[in-house]
Amino acid sequence: MAYKTIIEDDIDILVAGAGLGGTGAAFEARYWGKDKKIVIAEKANIDRSGAVAQGLYAINCYMGTRFGENNPEDHVRYARIDLMGMVREDLLFDMARHVDSTVHQFEEWGLPLMRNPKTGAYQREGRWQIMIHGESYKPIVAEAAKKSADKVFNRICVTHLLMDDAKENRVAGAVGFNVRTGNYHVFKSKTVIVGAGGASNIFKPRSVGEGAGRVWYAPWSSGSAYGLLIGAGAKMTQMENRIVLARFKDGYGPVGAYFLHLKTYTQNGLGEEYESKWFPALQEMVGKEYLDVEASHATHRPIPTCLRNHAFINEVNAGRGPIHMVTMEAFQDPHLEEIGWHNFLGMTVGQAVLWAATDVDPKNENPELTTSEPYVMGSHATGCGAWCSGPEDVSPPEYFWGYNRMTTVEGLFGAGDAVGGTPHAFSSGSFTEGRLAAKAACKYIDDGKAEGIRVSEEQIARRKEEIYKPMEHYKIYRNEITAGSVNPNYINPRQGLDRLQKMMDEYAGGVTVSYMTNEKLLQIGLKKMKIMEEDLEKIAAENIHELLRAWELKHRHLTSEAVMQHTLFRKETRWPGYYYRGDAMKLDDENWHVLTVSRRDPETGEYTMEKAPCYHLVEE
Amino acid sequence: MPTFVYMTRCDGCGQCVDICPSDIMHIDTTVRRAYNIEPNMCWECYSCVKACPHNAIDVRGYADFAPLGHSVRVRRDEEKGVIAWRIIFRNGEKDMDLLAPITTKPWGQAIPKLADAPAPSQEMRDSQLLFNEPKYIRLDDGDLHTLESNGLKMKDGVYY
Repeated sequence: MAYKTIIEDDIDILVAGAGLGGTGAAFEARYWGKDKKIVIAEKANIDRSGAVAQGLYAINCYMGTRFGENNPEDHVRYARIDLMGMVREDLLFDMARHVDSTVHQFEEWGLPLMRNPKTGAYQREGRWQIMIHGESYKPIVAEAAKKSADKVFNRICVTHLLMDDAKENRVAGAVGFNVRTGNYHVFKSKTVIVGAGGASNIFKPRSVGEGAGRVWYAPWSSGSAYGLLIGAGAKMTQMENRIVLARFKDGYGPVGAYFLHLKTYTQNGLGEEYESKWFPALQEMVGKEYLDVEASHATHRPIPTCLRNHAFINEVNAGRGPIHMVTMEAFQDPHLEEIGWHNFLGMTVGQAVLWAATDVDPKNENPELTTSEPYVMGSHATGCGAWCSGPEDVSPPEYFWGYNRMTTVEGLFGAGDAVGGTPHAFSSGSFTEGRLAAKAACKYIDDGKAEGIRVSEEQIARRKEEIYKPMEHYKIYRNEITAGSVNPNYINPRQGLDRLQKMMDEYAGGVTVSYMTNEKLLQIGLKKMKIMEEDLEKIAAENIHELLRAWELKHRHLTSEAVMQHTLFRKETRWPGYYYRGDAMKLDDENWHVLTVSRRDPETGEYTMEKAPCYHLVEE
Repeated sequence: MPTFVYMTRCDGCGQCVDICPSDIMHIDTTVRRAYNIEPNMCWECYSCVKACPHNAIDVRGYADFAPLGHSVRVRRDEEKGVIAWRIIFRNGEKDMDLLAPITTKPWGQAIPKLADAPAPSQEMRDSQLLFNEPKYIRLDDGDLHTLESNGLKMKDGVYY
């Protein structure tokens, strides 16, 4: 193939994927590594890439210690109860104690943060969220990253991490291809910070046809955070902990500001409150430690997101749908009405498009809500990701191996969706994690841990052949058929994605089975997943754009397999409303008050699963 | 098809191709203008709409659930630091203009270049502090939170 090989050598810090996590890493790395070579490789254009590409109307993680609002340990309590206890409290605490310094710098850079005119503090939406005019959130933080980085490579799809040929289990950079020129790019680097994204589009979406693009998490979030890390043999944690979102129907517009700031609320199709009646039975399933409505009222402890989903799903299945958001009261106030619309325009324009198309004026009618298909990610109300070291001064020995946010592969760090056990980081927390990873990566290099890295020509050549194989495959078999997309020797990326989504939906608890799975289903699913791995060797790409989709699919497939393995391992229903293990319908704290940790052997593809202790650092 | 491009306005400049996060705005080789090659991978994020210098790109809601006849248009101005939206309902009964700031500072100028910031001391390197800390945590003389300062202790196992 005529594509050139372009080698970028002597990199100190390579940022693979520059959304909020990656831009934070690139920005901060310059401070600790004045003379270090910092390079960004990004699949799209960093001005509009990642989950925040279209903007945000709120920053959901801000402590406000400056205004006497919350302390880091309050954040730990909140994220812990929301995730039914399964979090890395060391990482949460660490992120929370730094996140305000990130937000204060954003304001200084020009990000419009709203202020409460009475108190002068930032305008709170809820206890944790502050309201912003964040249409340009991403371009602003991208500017900060650009000022720090030596080079930004836009439009590079990073497919694999490079491994050191001199020392086992040490990272040596990454490889990928340019989605415009098609050229092969080799980044030789002492450390890599993976800032790539979580996974949308691995479960069959509710929408059909075009609407498949209106996923809750960005369609370009291709699970590359996990595909890259799993592929390198890094240990993963909590991959079973997929998230289901209760959102405005079809457009998946956000509900946070509606609930918290506009004080709208939900009711069933009969106009009744429905949540509370499901809670007694649910309390039987999960135990009073996790669902105690009275205690929640008394202490403002939130009812976990998944449990509220559970009530929603059951009410709909009982035939009393649809669930409505009662907006007609709040929207009579023109100021609140305007906020309601700005909220969508700032982060989910598609919902505004849908309401305009269907003449839904929330002033005159209460819009429908729905529960989404599941998503796999690590920065919203869920904590999938790599098993990472915490900070020295907080983490117990099992959680600490030298460098903050380093995975179990030496020199390989994570931020944002890539780090497991750290839900509720959101945009500001992801950026903060990037900063933490960058400081640690600089220290790793300064400590001499990256000496003597060697990358063989063989490895570079082998990856190159692998990357372009879908195009070669297409060339070889295309002319066996007259025309069209049906070929006995290959499938195209869209066909592969459809198969993956169907499998995940039916065997791993998607929307068409009301989020239900069990051991038998998962075992069948895993068998099919292995066969799909064989077919992914025969995936065909007609052009460079399809090659991008082919590699996104491979990352989604690796992510999905991990989700199935973890879901099979955890023999309990920890998060009713996110998914159900039909063969173990109760939460089982005696056996499963643990974090699940996996490793896929990159040579054999075999999985090993283990339980890791769940440490607590704050009292109830 | 989520985004689409008006034939008479597009001049094929490629700004949309350059910015699209999903790599779906491409130039058609016959008409030499941009189009959406993969509507079911479009998030309606409006990045291309905002980037187009000729206002040639628009959005038609997803065919599987959005009826025809609506309009959500936008103009984003970095110089003025504002974004202006206009939403028109299918039945024409609602027609809203909404304006929001996108920045409070002259574009890009308030962001520091960390290469020019004073280098951190060894003491700072050995600490848990990040750039601009501890000052920026509370914007007063307070220090970083630690387990000790907050009276916390790591314990294993379940206790709640």
